[in-house]
Amino acid sequence: MSALHDYFLLFMGAVIVNNYVLTRFLGLCIFFGVSKSLNSSVSMGMAIVSVMSISSIMTWAINHFVLQPFGLDFLRTIVFVIVIASFVQLLEIVVKRFLPNLYKIWGIYLLLVATNCIVLGVPLINAEENFNFMKSLVNAIGSGVGFSLALILMASVREKMEYANIPKPLRGLGGTFIVAGMLALAFQGFSGMIPK
Amino acid sequence: MDLWKIFSRGIYDENPILRLALSLCPALAVTSTVQNALTMGLSVMFVITANNVMVSLTRNWVNPKVRVPIFIISIATIVTVVELVLEAFYPHLFKALGIYLSLVVVFAIILARAEVFASKNKIVPSFFDGLGMGCGFTAAMVLIGGVREILGSGTFLGAPLFGVWYHPPMVLVLAPGGFLVIGCIIGLMNIFQDRLDKASVARVMESSPVKEEQ
Repeated sequence: MSALHDYFLLFMGAVIVNNYVLTRFLGLCIFFGVSKSLNSSVSMGMAIVSVMSISSIMTWAINHFVLQPFGLDFLRTIVFVIVIASFVQLLEIVVKRFLPNLYKIWGIYLLLVATNCIVLGVPLINAEENFNFMKSLVNAIGSGVGFSLALILMASVREKMEYANIPKPLRGLGGTFIVAGMLALAFQGFSGMIPK
Repeated sequence: MDLWKIFSRGIYDENPILRLALSLCPALAVTSTVQNALTMGLSVMFVITANNVMVSLTRNWVNPKVRVPIFIISIATIVTVVELVLEAFYPHLFKALGIYLSLVVVFAIILARAEVFASKNKIVPSFFDGLGMGCGFTAAMVLIGGVREILGSGTFLGAPLFGVWYHPPMVLVLAPGGFLVIGCIIGLMNIFQDRLDKASVARVMESSPVKEEQ
């Protein structure tokens, strides 16, 4: 019961309270780059969730069975980045070969994921916090879902912004940042909801 | 192309944060104080310059098909060196930057400079290209950090600036403030650029003796 309780809190924490995009600023390049339309942001969110959950399993295994027993913690960054980048490349090849329809929707987003802050950041945080296997997985899925949530919210606002009369200097990137600030302000309201 | 041009391009015209909107994670995450912003900026400047030199040195031996993994390994190695040095000599700064220092590995700007510039140019131009991009990055970081620290906590580099009457708006130091400050800076830069463009157009119109027909 209490373990389940912990996992639930961890998951909700990663999705809403400590949303990785809006309160910890990971994955912003994609957040600003892809959030122009709702459709592409949904596909991107799916790509992120699946890549992150699998790569967090792999990096947990490597960290737990190889790096820690041999005292190679300082190589963590190098090893993780190589593992994740090559895994994404492999996934791209497999999807391209066996699921060409999915590849048409997904392919370009998979490439974007390969070297991205959030995909590397979450496994690093998992390793730093010494999460066990289940916790790493729950944290990875939660942060992926949180990322998708932020991306979809942002895309819905930006689609409406197309028709709004925005002051000229703030059109484009500037206005997008300010909208993101407003979203972050809203998410700030959740802070403190999970007792430490 | 002369070196000054290569160097100065990164500072304003192609400023990594404010113009290209690359490498935004640290620009928001560690700019709540000037000190953190400066440390991050200098670390990135070192990494990008060293990596440009490395890539440029090895550009004739690396097979183009595997160049991106090679770039990533080179960047990751340099970042690890920076991490170890900071941890050994400035542990409090290392702690303040936390995970964002490791994330320098996946900064789009570093990979982009390696791919676009250093893999095609000689060592000296690559060095200056990296240095310029690093300077632009550091300048933007310090600018954002300065605005956030001065307005958000009423201090600069930890020294209090205003009297007790100043009640700083906490929001600027918290997460949303980062987004808002960068949005405003980009807006101001656009206004400035607009003025500049108009002025140069007017100057050309005045100086050209031949008026356009019709």
